[in-house]
Amino acid sequence: MIAIRLNRFLLFLMVLVCCCLSNYSATGQSFAIYDSMPQLESRIENAKDTTLVINFWATWCKPCIEELPCFEELRERYYGQNVLVILVSLDFKSQLEKKFIPFLKEKQFKSEVVLFADQDANTWIPKISQEWDGAIPATIIIKGQQRKFNLGKFANYTELETFVRPFLADVSALKDSSQYPCLTGK
Amino acid sequence: MKKPAFSPLLMAGVFLLFISATSPSGYVVGDHAEDFSLKSVNNKMVSLSDYKDARGYIVIFTCNHCPYAQLYEQRIIDLHNKYAPQGFPVIAINPNSPLIVEEDSFEEMQKRAKANKYPFEYLFDEEQKVYPKFGATRTPHVFLLDQDKVIRYIGAIDDNPETPKLAKNRWAEKAVEALMRGEKPNPDFTRAVGCTVKKKPTTAPDPMSASGGKQ
Repeated sequence: MIAIRLNRFLLFLMVLVCCCLSNYSATGQSFAIYDSMPQLESRIENAKDTTLVINFWATWCKPCIEELPCFEELRERYYGQNVLVILVSLDFKSQLEKKFIPFLKEKQFKSEVVLFADQDANTWIPKISQEWDGAIPATIIIKGQQRKFNLGKFANYTELETFVRPFLADVSALKDSSQYPCLTGK
Repeated sequence: MKKPAFSPLLMAGVFLLFISATSPSGYVVGDHAEDFSLKSVNNKMVSLSDYKDARGYIVIFTCNHCPYAQLYEQRIIDLHNKYAPQGFPVIAINPNSPLIVEEDSFEEMQKRAKANKYPFEYLFDEEQKVYPKFGATRTPHVFLLDQDKVIRYIGAIDDNPETPKLAKNRWAEKAVEALMRGEKPNPDFTRAVGCTVKKKPTTAPDPMSASGGKQ
């Protein structure tokens, strides 16, 4: 509890120092909190020519949790090949300590995790994709000006990789992909 | 001679099939909604045309299991209690397949409607033929129809899922009130976070997927 409070204080300090890079690591796994769309947008811009695989999820969303291991797998397989997986949670900030942190503690994701707390969903959702009306899970691939959107859960790793593959044309040696449900990480 | 005459037809047929199978379209504002007949938790079939005195219809796709639907449950009850006496009843429809989420089965719907004293009809889109026509993609998802069953508003109830009191825009209420004044709702389309509609598996479920390995 003290550690959490201390971290909370540290977070507060860091937000003061740099509002864009707030980082929280009470879990042994750091994550950023973005309170507004410009923070997420600048994170996307900073990625430049990296292929970003951004998955929108939440701890309350069962299909989201089921497919998260597939994103972890993708991160693993394409590590060092200019592919970045960002798991953007839409959990409520009020549930941070009760639900979000314990969940991260349990899962120990290796992918970058963001808690995105912009409540003005009607404004930010179409900025991610005009095709999206807000249901999760949802995934967007961004590389420079190119974007590709998918609504709903990927049934298995192969389906996810197939979706991402057109963005990986410059990856010389595509690794073998096996077909297994995303439930494996459960 | 016959063969080449057939193949363009066949091609066209295949093309049409392809279109109907892949097009995610649904109603947009201004479209006329087709009536439906769905079973309510009271075991009777309900259609829009059953509401003889309706001046409009607040059709809301919602469900049992989705935490966002649960957050909005009381607001859906309140919408009905406030606007049904003025001719705008809520008609709630669960679009989800219980093969994916057991909590959204007809029996569970009955339990929830009873426990929380739903004042509105809670219908089950068991065959999943109604929600695609509307183009419902999430729960909760509101479609406000006028007296002539023309879609006038599609979107969210308000802009604060967690704390109703702090909502800056109560879009659904505003839209109903605009209709009551004979005006067009503005905005007539909004987006919000929610749960995806749980489509039943396209192939017959095998014993594995029934026990939790669902796709």
